[in-house]
Amino acid sequence: MIVFVGFLLFLGFGFDVFYIGEGALTFPIGSLAALGIGSVSALTSYYSGDRAVLLSTGAMAVDRALSSAASPDDTYKIRQLDNVVEEMSIAAGLPKPRVYVIPDSDPNAFATGRDPEHASIAVTRGLLDTVTRDELQGVVAHELSHVRNLDIRLMTVIAAMVGTIALLSDWSGRGMSSGSRSSSNSRDNDKDSGAAGLILLVVWVVAIVLAPLIAQALAMLVSRRREFLADATGAELTRNPLALASALEKIDREAAPTLSVKRGTAHLCIADPLGRAMGLREGFLPDLLATHPRMADRITALKQMAYQA
Amino acid sequence: MTWILLAVVALVVVWAIALYNRLVGLRNQVLNGWRQIDVQLKRRHDLIPNLVNTVRGAMEFERDTLTQVMEARARAVSATGPADAARKEGELSQALGRLFAVAENYPTLRANENVKMLQEELTSTENKVGFARQFYNDIATTFNTAQQTFPSNMFAAALGFKPSELFEITDATERQVPAVDLSMRK
Repeated sequence: MIVFVGFLLFLGFGFDVFYIGEGALTFPIGSLAALGIGSVSALTSYYSGDRAVLLSTGAMAVDRALSSAASPDDTYKIRQLDNVVEEMSIAAGLPKPRVYVIPDSDPNAFATGRDPEHASIAVTRGLLDTVTRDELQGVVAHELSHVRNLDIRLMTVIAAMVGTIALLSDWSGRGMSSGSRSSSNSRDNDKDSGAAGLILLVVWVVAIVLAPLIAQALAMLVSRRREFLADATGAELTRNPLALASALEKIDREAAPTLSVKRGTAHLCIADPLGRAMGLREGFLPDLLATHPRMADRITALKQMAYQA
Repeated sequence: MTWILLAVVALVVVWAIALYNRLVGLRNQVLNGWRQIDVQLKRRHDLIPNLVNTVRGAMEFERDTLTQVMEARARAVSATGPADAARKEGELSQALGRLFAVAENYPTLRANENVKMLQEELTSTENKVGFARQFYNDIATTFNTAQQTFPSNMFAAALGFKPSELFEITDATERQVPAVDLSMRK
């Protein structure tokens, strides 16, 4: 988090020094606009992001899912989900979040909302069909942990920051060609500070080029840490880490992509919905840019909690 | 020298205020946790007559088991005091466990959607009672630890805080894992 703010400040600082400082621009219109757009998008997603996400996945509120249930078995499964969510919110000491069912046959689940009072948990139909009651409990506990640890808010803020950094870097890069012309005149005036200024300029240019990549990698690092934390908190709620471990194994086996979940929601899901089979793709780069830790690592961590690995 | 002394005193006062507020917050959470258990027990009491009525028709021959459940429920409803309530709720849990074990012998019952649904509701209520107790114990432990660790332990009692009791199984029979065999191996 601090790294993020520092990064943002450094980019803004460079912008000021090399453009405003040398008279290329009289008003920091670029950074102000970038910050403005960043905050507007952050605020929008803060207040109505959950509705947008739920709408985009075609999620159905549990009441509506119940009334449109095709068979008694459907009703049973949905009631069970509703009950499990209520049980886990009691265990977590949180208000009960709204419950949604997504008509998708791939097992997955996610949580959204800005705080525990405005949280929603959505589960795919496929998950209800694949897992047992205990395993469902583990999955719901994991999602509720995201709610309790305020991960949803954190990821919203981070997403906004990544966006702002990308914007800043984009505009700075574009302004560079016009900026360099006017700065060549002013460089004659202060030759002494030229060496230090040049080093700073080089570092800044490198930072701009790499900014979006680094920001993304940082965001994903945060996301992966929060996944491990949610697994652990979930196990604390159910006192049954093995149920979540076996649910993860089942979800991992069905590695098909969850089509109804879009890319932007990936970090909120229990398993990477884009179907990137993390267990198969090892190495530095996939690890750096994945929203979720490798499934095998998560399962091992959970089994260690039960002294079984 | 006086300044240093004053600064130390001010620091201690600020710390004491923070401690007091934290303990009050925890105490309220503990109380809330305790009430939550009652709420869940009440729900269980409300659900049981429903269940018994649903299975009554198909379980004509098991009148005893059904009466036991209803009697245990009546006793649990009229329990006085936490210790008494804990014991009677435990008995009710056992009576319910027996009912479900016996119900497994009736294929028509197992296939009945209403019974399945009610069984789910009851499982859920049992879980809710369990998780409410778990939450209470967790929060009470946090509250107690906050009071008993150094240096809070020098002030907690003076500020009027007492450690909360944890929820414990009072009945020795409840400590045993209930032997409910649903595998139907006979």
